[in-house]
Amino acid sequence: MSDHHNETFLSKYIFSLDHKMIAKQFLITGMFMGVVGMLMSILFRLQLSNPGESFAVLEWFLGEKWAPDGVLDPNMYLALVTMHGTILIFWVLTAGLTGTFANFLIPLQIGARDMASGFINMLSYWFFFAATIVLLTSLFVETGPASAGWTIYPPLSALPQAIPGSGLGQDLWLIAMTLFIVSSLLGGLNYIVTILNLRTKGMSMTRLPLVMWALFIVAILGVLSFPVLLSASLLLVFDRTFGTSFYLSDIVIAGEALHHTGGSPILFEHLFWFLGHPEVYIILLPALGIVSEVISVNSRKPIFGYKAMVISLMAIAFLSFIVWGHHMFITGMDPFLGSVFTFTTLLIAIPSAVKVFNYLATLWRGSIRFTPAMLFAIGFVSTFITGGLTGIVLGDSALDINVHDTYFVVGHFHIVMGLSAIYGMFAGVYHWFPKMYGKMMNKKLGYIHFWVTFISAYGVFFPMHFLGLAGLPRRYYSNTAFPMFEGLTNINEIITFFAIVGGIVQVLFIFNFFYSIFYGTKASKNPWGSTTLEWTTPIERIHGNWPGEIPTVRRWAYDYSKPGHDTDFVPQTEPLKEGEEEH
Amino acid sequence: MDLNLKNTTYKQLLWIGMASITLFFAGLTSAVIVRSSESGWQDISMPRYFWYSTFVIILGSAFLIMSKKIVRRGKNPADYIFLTFVCGVIFAIFQFKGWSALVDQGKFFVGEGSSPASSFLYVITFAHLIHVIGGLISVFITYTKSVNSKYSKENYLGIELTSIYWHFLDILWIYLFAFLLYII
Ligand code: HEM
Ligand SMILES: [Cu+2]
Repeated sequence: MSDHHNETFLSKYIFSLDHKMIAKQFLITGMFMGVVGMLMSILFRLQLSNPGESFAVLEWFLGEKWAPDGVLDPNMYLALVTMHGTILIFWVLTAGLTGTFANFLIPLQIGARDMASGFINMLSYWFFFAATIVLLTSLFVETGPASAGWTIYPPLSALPQAIPGSGLGQDLWLIAMTLFIVSSLLGGLNYIVTILNLRTKGMSMTRLPLVMWALFIVAILGVLSFPVLLSASLLLVFDRTFGTSFYLSDIVIAGEALHHTGGSPILFEHLFWFLGHPEVYIILLPALGIVSEVISVNSRKPIFGYKAMVISLMAIAFLSFIVWGHHMFITGMDPFLGSVFTFTTLLIAIPSAVKVFNYLATLWRGSIRFTPAMLFAIGFVSTFITGGLTGIVLGDSALDINVHDTYFVVGHFHIVMGLSAIYGMFAGVYHWFPKMYGKMMNKKLGYIHFWVTFISAYGVFFPMHFLGLAGLPRRYYSNTAFPMFEGLTNINEIITFFAIVGGIVQVLFIFNFFYSIFYGTKASKNPWGSTTLEWTTPIERIHGNWPGEIPTVRRWAYDYSKPGHDTDFVPQTEPLKEGEEEH
Repeated sequence: MDLNLKNTTYKQLLWIGMASITLFFAGLTSAVIVRSSESGWQDISMPRYFWYSTFVIILGSAFLIMSKKIVRRGKNPADYIFLTFVCGVIFAIFQFKGWSALVDQGKFFVGEGSSPASSFLYVITFAHLIHVIGGLISVFITYTKSVNSKYSKENYLGIELTSIYWHFLDILWIYLFAFLLYII
């Protein structure tokens, strides 16, 4: 592979085959979608804390049609909630997170010149891009975007005449999602074969950094679970456009009985959650991996229990396929089956606890360096614990029946998945920014970004548990339509306040990101004193990653503060000394 | 990439892709199981054409096995690959015949005269046929390459990949057919 060849703007930045550039494309697209999705949440939070009140911003963003006189239209409310969930879950935390770090880190950390197939890799981004365009287009159609929730349950999603958003908006959603699934399957295939085949000499699987393991397992999860969503959507498309009755039966709309008989909406839930639950781990595992690296590097200690970490990743991935029923406890499920799902769900607590324990043990008595990345990694451990605890409550079918579809669930999954994964992503960006752009991000801005985010995020999601315990349902347009919830207005106002603060402070991050690309201080080759291979590549980023031979790996990835060495880290390329044990 | 590495990489890509496709059909067939345990499920008798198609798709596999043997001996297997292509086309024709036989029985895909069982039957066979069309394309490409003598004793990866995929389609169809026979 040659290091120099003539590159045009198009071949370098747009139709790039280089994994590092493709990673940046994913990152920037993901960040852009993150801004869009977050803005949406602030818009509907205004309605939730001040139902029916007029806000100039609403009209400014949504126009006279969707916010007449500054009051959010109920249909638009549903559309915003749906698009927010879809964008954050799939576009930001799946493609944005995995797409960025899998593409960027896999070849660099395993010692490969690029992905197994640069072409498939480029396709993967371009399918994702097309999906993005289709999804964004749906914001501008006359009947509004999809509105049946990110879980697109029928009959709402299956009957174009049900609500405005069930029409063209839902069609575009399904098209976008199909493109998205193709993108992640292509990406996943590539990640798996790359890790299996292109590791450099000496890089056995047990010497892989944990983030490699996490991304490897995530790719397997995706390849096995997204097709099931595809089959669920296929049946949904037939119900919508050809009038089959897979999910529909005995429905009367506006006094008119539809011809559909014999279908079952519960069937959709089964298929959806068979993807849906693995999907939440697809979001979480890359963050678990990133955090393992960041915590170990910045504690200057080997990660505690490497093998246990790998096994627990595998256990979580395996268990995630047999717990989907915990989303369906109230669908009239046989109580015995319910207890089976309760059992499998609670089993997940074990590998999760192993991971938390190992993080804490790694931090314990480390010489901790509180870089912004490290703070976000520690923030991750915090939210993972808080959210995991409420997961145990929800996993118990007898308890879940009371809080299902309330704000308790919203609090749970935002903390455990939303916050944890986004913290993982921030940690990754702060940590690998020097490798991506050859510059350092500003630390002070990083600290402010972390602390304000951390406090306001808890400020948003912690009180939601109380709302849920008080019975407040999720996805309702107005929190004051029922007198019994009027007493909760204060809490809702606090939440909206924190949501706005948390939203604004992200501007700081985006500023820091782009400013540092151009004006950041120059990074040294290995600014964090890290052992892994990516830091042995030259600062100027070249095709093929290493100018000469790819280095050989001689030890595992976690030799920090190892006795008998002069430095407090020993790069993976350094041969074992005479008589030195591997670890 | 050296040839060995290329071989394993592409084979792995294919295997993982096939695992993915398997899960897609597992989704569809488990949907049938869930649905069939509820009320109002009616059985459908499978048209005999689906038996015929089962036979030709297996025959297609047999021809690919032979082509592999032939290329290993250093000869050109184009004719046999072409026979597989023919089998695939006949398979598709039989599927269409099967559907029209269903229509004659009064089992429709949608609307009056359809039931969840009949809709599922159409969707599953249709989804499988789409994958067969993918297979046909790859058989055709291998065929033209073979005509142009692109394969040799040492390098016949394309033939190998195509036949792995075709055997997979084969086994997938047998699974689906047995499933439809007993459940629907
Ligand atoms: C660690 C990563 C986890 C993530 C990313 C996650 C994510 C989610 C999400 C997204 C939902 C809501 C989906 C929706 O209705 O829109 C949810 C609900 C749920 N989670 Fe988790 N969760 C995690 C951990 C756990 C754990 C450890 C447990 C149990 C031990 C658990 C139990 C549940 C249950 C039972 C529900 C359903 C609640 C209901 O709808 O009534 N989760 N989770
Ligand atoms: Cu779940």
